[in-house]
Amino acid sequence: MATRTVMPFGPQHPVLPEPVHLDLVLEDERVVEAVPQVGFVHRGLEKLVEKRDYKHFVHVAERICGICSFGHSMGYSQAVERLMGIEVPERGQYLRVIWHELSRIHSHLLWLGLAADAMGFESLFMHTWRLREHVLDIFEKTAGGRVILSVCTPGGVFKDIENTELNAICGVLASLLEEYDQIANTFLMDDSVKNRLVGVGYLSKQDAINYGCVGPFGRASGIEMDVRMAGIDAYSKLYDFRPVVSTEGDCYARCKVRIEEVRQSIDIINEMVGRIPAGEVRVDVKGNPEEGSSAVMRVEQPRGEAFYYVRGNGTKFLDRFRVRTPTSANIPGMAGALAGCDLADVPNIILTIDPCISCTER
Amino acid sequence: MAEFKLGRMTLKSLFSKPATKLYPLEKPHFFEQTKGRVHLEPDSCRYCGLCASVCPTQALDVDRKALTWSIDRFRCIQCRSCIEACHEGALSMLNHYTDPAQERVVEVYEVSPQERQRREQAAAEKAAKAAKLKAEMAAKKKAEAEAKAAAEASGQE
Repeated sequence: MATRTVMPFGPQHPVLPEPVHLDLVLEDERVVEAVPQVGFVHRGLEKLVEKRDYKHFVHVAERICGICSFGHSMGYSQAVERLMGIEVPERGQYLRVIWHELSRIHSHLLWLGLAADAMGFESLFMHTWRLREHVLDIFEKTAGGRVILSVCTPGGVFKDIENTELNAICGVLASLLEEYDQIANTFLMDDSVKNRLVGVGYLSKQDAINYGCVGPFGRASGIEMDVRMAGIDAYSKLYDFRPVVSTEGDCYARCKVRIEEVRQSIDIINEMVGRIPAGEVRVDVKGNPEEGSSAVMRVEQPRGEAFYYVRGNGTKFLDRFRVRTPTSANIPGMAGALAGCDLADVPNIILTIDPCISCTER
Repeated sequence: MAEFKLGRMTLKSLFSKPATKLYPLEKPHFFEQTKGRVHLEPDSCRYCGLCASVCPTQALDVDRKALTWSIDRFRCIQCRSCIEACHEGALSMLNHYTDPAQERVVEVYEVSPQERQRREQAAAEKAAKAAKLKAEMAAKKKAEAEAKAAAEASGQE
């Protein structure tokens, strides 16, 4: 029997955009066990809710993550709206969905680029990020910021998008799709990419359920779960929504699910733009959350299901804010997928869960 | 093979303009909506302090007496809360960013001398009017009291 060695991986590693540490237990070149450790970028954002006005806190919630920033502001706002029984005007709900789906496209394109970079496919990485730039331009054109939009607030959204502008967005996305198909074709059909992804980091459906995996990571193992199916707010207006599911459970399947989800998001945006009603985008929120009231909200972030909990205490400060982000649900699954893989595949497998450590630690 | 899968795109980018910009030689393009920096029209401002009270980062400071409005650009997060709160429409968002700086400077906006003079004049007029009204009221009250006292005196007689 080969001797076992423990190899530290991270928190500083070229493939990791954010710090996570893994103790890899190796037998020769094979990983037997991976022990993850997080806690390098904790900022105490949840505690800050006791010191910030609940209307101001949306700007803090938005900064939980730099990639799914709009999703976090939307999740927090929806939780507060539930807490106070506020009905957001329909146009505001539709606009939120449009921005949220745009952020999913940008997040998945970012991930595809990072995955290509991890494999050493530099030109694919650059082309993917070049496409992502078009989505960031849409953000800047409509909300004013590339990453932090500051557009969502309890009661609706701060800004309206003109219908002509919405149609222009659909036009940009249609032209993006043409180039995107070539990139998707490279990811799914290219031999050098396939060699790095097919059969690597396999996680069975049963294991994925046991580990509680969420988002594209879980869906790639066959879990048919997507919070958008629950039809919260404007998602209930979609004619038909089926999550993108794959049953292979390897890195290739995770890549495939994300690639298809970009197309799905473009379809959702087109449908939303076609049916957006006219009217107000925001209602004024007056008063404070009642003492002892609490509410929960779930949002399908690009990385999976995020869970929000808020509790009021009768003042303008909330008593408690809790967010469980998709990566904290996916880290046990990642450790499971790492068991039995080659050392050289470790960076690839870690990337395929799309880890967002800043989200996880808040 | 890789070169054939991505070949069309790679060939196209070989003969097209670079997707990146040579900043700072080439200036970046900003959209109309871009959140660059908060700007104040000092003469339209009432210096009520509402913007400072809604600012989530306490970047603003308003002095009602001195008629000054100051902003710490390093604290401001361009969230537009102040612009939404302003009733006078004095605040707006410019679409270019603040220039980089080496030290933290608080930018102070002050009302223009003409406007200050106009406001001081208006305030003085208002104060004079109020004083006049107060004096009139006091005289009226005094006259009433005297009349009442006279009536009481005549009643006693």
